[in-house]
Amino acid sequence: MTIAEKILARASGRKRVSSGEIVEASIDVAMTHDIEGPMVVEGLRELGTKKVWDPSKIVVVFDHQVPANSIDAALNHIMLREFAIEQKIPDFYDLFEGICHAVLPEKGFALPGRLIVGTDSHTTTYGAFGCFATGIGSTDMVAVFTMGELWFRVPESVRMTIEGRLPKRVMSKDLILKIIGEVGADGETYRSVEFVGAGMRNIDMAGRMTMCNMGVEMGAKAAIVPSDGLTTRYLKGRARGSYKHVYADRDAAYVEERSFDVKKLEPQVARPYSVDNVGPVSEVEGIEIDQAFLGSCTNGRFEDLVEAAKIVNGRQISKRVRMLVVPASREVYLNALDRGILAIFAKAGALVEAPSCAACMGGHVGILAPDEVCISASNRNFRGRMGSPKGKIYLASPTTVAASALKGKITDPRDL
Amino acid sequence: MARAWVFGDNVDTDQIIAGRYLVKLDPHELAKHVMEATDPKFASKVRKGDVIIAGRNFGCGSSRERAPLALKTAGISAIVAESFARIFYRNAINRGLPVLTCAGVRRGFKTGDKVRVDMLGGKVHNLSTSGTFKVEPLPDFILTILRAGGLLPYLKRSVGKAGR
Repeated sequence: MTIAEKILARASGRKRVSSGEIVEASIDVAMTHDIEGPMVVEGLRELGTKKVWDPSKIVVVFDHQVPANSIDAALNHIMLREFAIEQKIPDFYDLFEGICHAVLPEKGFALPGRLIVGTDSHTTTYGAFGCFATGIGSTDMVAVFTMGELWFRVPESVRMTIEGRLPKRVMSKDLILKIIGEVGADGETYRSVEFVGAGMRNIDMAGRMTMCNMGVEMGAKAAIVPSDGLTTRYLKGRARGSYKHVYADRDAAYVEERSFDVKKLEPQVARPYSVDNVGPVSEVEGIEIDQAFLGSCTNGRFEDLVEAAKIVNGRQISKRVRMLVVPASREVYLNALDRGILAIFAKAGALVEAPSCAACMGGHVGILAPDEVCISASNRNFRGRMGSPKGKIYLASPTTVAASALKGKITDPRDL
Repeated sequence: MARAWVFGDNVDTDQIIAGRYLVKLDPHELAKHVMEATDPKFASKVRKGDVIIAGRNFGCGSSRERAPLALKTAGISAIVAESFARIFYRNAINRGLPVLTCAGVRRGFKTGDKVRVDMLGGKVHNLSTSGTFKVEPLPDFILTILRAGGLLPYLKRSVGKAGR
């Protein structure tokens, strides 16, 4: 069996499952946030659920519209906050803690072998820890909060073998953009993608989370990196409960195999308006930008800030650019603060904001006007994603975002 | 008579309902802005019963359930596409909005054509051109959820039957 099959078999109490089967599986962790959470609360009321199945398996995080930027957002916060308190959910992270996909790993909920669902498509992030994690809607979450179970069609699995070591200033974001460009925005729809090979062992947990996070941008239901020594080291002192590593069998069935050598990988950029519209940075170099966004559940981690700060250190951001730096969580913020990373950005002229999804979803800070251009370390460049449907988003790595912010135009980070 | 609204590939959830509207819980508020980024006139012109015909990967992107909710509230009675993104697909069924997969359907329609969806017969008819397209059959349990009007009405009914 593949990793996905093994986890779904265990969670549904079966010895074996294979792709295509429908199983009823027990959920280990269920996460919701301030956007879908109020819809879940409404659904629970409609269904008549008085008490959730297990408060200790539920995590509630406020991250999208924090602090509230409208009366509606503030009312939604009250609704979800009251629900979390009334249901005695111990792991309720009000608007102080950061983006759900940074917070759950930091707090030790993402553990090898677990089955995790979240009302957010980027829930695939947790697969970086060798677990099966996937996004669901609010109605499915009503069923989970009520019964602790959900039906799944066991997905086909795909194996992507990564070889080599990333060159200087080229990041795992460049690799995942390259992969999405090759397979397409629906290339792996409904499948579980396993990232394996010696190359993955060279990519740190932050880099693995970036890759699994964007697995959904090629349609994947889950993106999984088999756990190893790096995983265990990250989880030391964090893990909430015990865990068992899960690996694919030698004879596991994959519907597709691909391999990527990253030794000569160039920085990649996804042009508007789809994530698979990818090319090397040389194809878009020189395009003038109005905004540069470093943050989000994709690339707002400490390691991302450090790589970008190495480029920005001692320099000034172009006068025509507003650069937004938004650490993904309070832990990242404090680390970056203590080590002087935030000061590097602030001195260079960037706006350093408190942890949140920020500009990524276009509902809070960093909204684009028509025809404005943003280079962004986030995950989606859809029409209207960051404000005006006529705004343009180019997706890139933290180093490319930093280099571009300095020059005022899309810039190859290897040139600085 | 139901009319077709034809869209291309990769209609993402930000096009269906933009992030800035997700603070709204009232489905009618959402319906006012549905498909706004792609066709600003869609929300005011769509009529009850109309059908969306689309290309590949319809509904890709976010898990926001307000996407199928906004389309259904605006009057859309079914979506027939060459393929769907998985979270949207499930969310639509959970909201009682039929989603049908049909190879080659996009080329068979233009916006404004008269359309009839025969879910049980597994066919979509273009009454303006007399074209007929075969859709992939839905499993029985999905049909049961759709007939109930969505997952919550279905669960309410089955919990009621179990006498709990």
